[in-house]
Amino acid sequence: MNNYSIIIAGVGGQGVILAGNIIGDAAIASGYDVKKTDTIGMAQRGGSVISHLRIAPKIYAPLIGENQADIVLSFEKMEAARCFNFLKPGGIVILNNREMPPLSVGCGIEEYPSDNEILSVLTQKTDKVYLVEGSKKSAAIGNIKVLNIFMLGCLSQFMDIEDKIWRESIIKSLPAKIVAINISAFEAGIQAVKPQ
Amino acid sequence: MSTNNKLLSGNEAIALGAYHAGIKVAAAYPGTPSTEILENLAEYKDIYAEWSTNEKVAMEVGVGASYGGVRTLVSMKHVGLNVAADPFMAVAITGINGGLVIISADDPGAMSSQNEQDNRHFAKLAKIPMLEPSDSQEAYDMVMAAFDISEQFDTPVLLRTTTRVSHSKTIVETGNNSRKQVEGKVFKHNFRKYVMLPANARARRPLVEERVNKLAGFSETSAFNFVTKGSPELGIITSGMAYQYVKEVFPEASILKLGFSYPMPQELIKEFSSRVKKLVVIEELDPFIEEYVKSLGIEVTGKEFVPIIGELTPDVIEKAGCAMGILSEYPGTDAAYKKPALPGRFPLLCSGCPHSGLYFTLSNIGQRSTIPGRKQREPKLIITGDIGCYTLGALSPLNAMDTCGCMGASIGNAIGMQKAGVGEKVVAIIGDSTFLHSGITGLIDAVYNKAKFTLVILDNRTTAMTGHQEHPGTGKTAQGEDTYAINLEEMVKACGVTDLQVVNAWDLKAIKKALKESLESDELSVIISRGPCAVSVRRGINPSKVDINKCTTCGLCLSIGCSAIAKDGDKVVIDGSLCAGDNCRLCEQVCPVNAIYPDKPGLIGANNE
Repeated sequence: MNNYSIIIAGVGGQGVILAGNIIGDAAIASGYDVKKTDTIGMAQRGGSVISHLRIAPKIYAPLIGENQADIVLSFEKMEAARCFNFLKPGGIVILNNREMPPLSVGCGIEEYPSDNEILSVLTQKTDKVYLVEGSKKSAAIGNIKVLNIFMLGCLSQFMDIEDKIWRESIIKSLPAKIVAINISAFEAGIQAVKPQ
Repeated sequence: MSTNNKLLSGNEAIALGAYHAGIKVAAAYPGTPSTEILENLAEYKDIYAEWSTNEKVAMEVGVGASYGGVRTLVSMKHVGLNVAADPFMAVAITGINGGLVIISADDPGAMSSQNEQDNRHFAKLAKIPMLEPSDSQEAYDMVMAAFDISEQFDTPVLLRTTTRVSHSKTIVETGNNSRKQVEGKVFKHNFRKYVMLPANARARRPLVEERVNKLAGFSETSAFNFVTKGSPELGIITSGMAYQYVKEVFPEASILKLGFSYPMPQELIKEFSSRVKKLVVIEELDPFIEEYVKSLGIEVTGKEFVPIIGELTPDVIEKAGCAMGILSEYPGTDAAYKKPALPGRFPLLCSGCPHSGLYFTLSNIGQRSTIPGRKQREPKLIITGDIGCYTLGALSPLNAMDTCGCMGASIGNAIGMQKAGVGEKVVAIIGDSTFLHSGITGLIDAVYNKAKFTLVILDNRTTAMTGHQEHPGTGKTAQGEDTYAINLEEMVKACGVTDLQVVNAWDLKAIKKALKESLESDELSVIISRGPCAVSVRRGINPSKVDINKCTTCGLCLSIGCSAIAKDGDKVVIDGSLCAGDNCRLCEQVCPVNAIYPDKPGLIGANNE
């Protein structure tokens, strides 16, 4: 069995919490101990959301410390850089190429960082950075809201959890009428990080 | 692993534990991080669960149910216990009949609260037992044990969690447990026990001391206080979530974990201390354990190194350990890396929020709005605020709030401001749920004492901040039954207010007219701004669009503070997936050149949240 410390980052409303719950469920079904905690605060109103997910044979602390995250899974581009302090040197970063400018950017008070700025921060610690077109692919599949399941598809390629268990956990967590579209998103996510 | 393992939050585990312990009644007022306890309990149709008007009432309902003979749970956030302190202190003297467990969910780091306070002091103040879980399994086990302790010692029991315990999901094993069938007790008329006339209260005082002494003995043998043997070089006493961090940061140390943390087990602490060379207390917030250990004359290190402020984390404890000299180096340091400078992502009123129009208008009248490139003016008006989503109106670009302290304070503060003789006009702002929680008494005071100010009640028909709980104005109970909906207009009039206006929350002209009239009035006046919460009607129909040929990029629409509107280079754009469309149309009313118009439906569909 492996140890995984995973940070999931995003913006309130992107489905970060549900994604973390599905990963937790799949990990328990695979026999792991799991602890999951969210720094949610007032996220429902557009703030940053960070989920800490720890998966190992035995876990004490639910929070991940600095330089301890094996994987940072970011639903929004800039939020990946915000979680930089958690990233383990040599860890994996999967970031969705979607910019959601905060109000300070929209009002012209601050500027959204360039791709180069974001990547140069991340590559200080790792060269395993995967920039994926999650929002565009989700829209093409038919609904931008399936982004969280697309991102799970990406993540699944870096974890030792069976494909069947992933799918069961997704199906269990969603209303029946939206399962099919979400499974499509999961499969698109897998393809997005597969070596070409 | 067995299939009875569930990944539960601390709050879900408390609800399940209480249900399995056979509770019949639960009462609460919503407040982060406690809300999900009652939300989960309300799902069980074989118990009675209510959202009370406030925490004091919740406590009184709980006390009544306990006197009435059934197992009862009352839950609230840490500041809720301040509101409920009066009945809490009273039931500590009378004792109980059916088991009574009170949950206080504290918020170290004040992540969603107006303050940080350590409610372990309340157990000591009331001289009642306290349990402190450190994960969901303990939350489940402790809440069940708490009912037995309550009944065995004739006392309410305080179960104190923190945000990290309440909101973290960890595995809970429930074994073969199911709901326990607890025989209800009969209420016996007992004047000396339940009627706290001074003579009876004095007679019960020695019983309280006797009880706390017995509980101290019980604490010595409680399975929730345990030692994990490690190196004799270092002994750590800890409780709550800090225990989990200590286990991880100091895998070699001997640990005394206090789960039954008031009254504390004196002998166990003395014995543990005598077996280790260096003794350290690692606890979150106040030196509650540390001061007790020191009072026993034991040498111990703690708060000189472990922060007294904010939430502990493994990193914080590692740093403290290094400073204490019990860890050789702090391995987590990332000082070598260039830190990203990122724009902040602060919470804001949702797009389509019914509070936006009122705040936008008030911000303009009060000269508050801050948009880059615009002249900043001296603010006019004093705006006393309150607790809820609308507290976000204090933030840029609206900046329309001058005070915010606690639930209901806006009205009392406004009375005081006006009586103090401040030169500016005073406006108090309060939400519907907060008004019903503790605003009504303030309004009665205002009428009675002839105060003159403007009171705005932002009526969004729900308790929005904590996630849309029902309240006495919504017409639904916590368990989904139809009920009488308090009529705010009639309530305000009944308090003696004669100058009352009701406006549509998205009608800017009406809001402006009402505010101007009210500010010019020389009597107390009330404006109810009404519109359902944007989250409950989020499906946008015909989102707005900007005609770039007409738009002069003046930026007025940006000063609404709507998350759907942004400046993109030299253009203003509206994100169709966020815009509330027909449910709002504020920006259309604001635009001086009519450049904003309704578009076709955007990308909105099934909800994955």
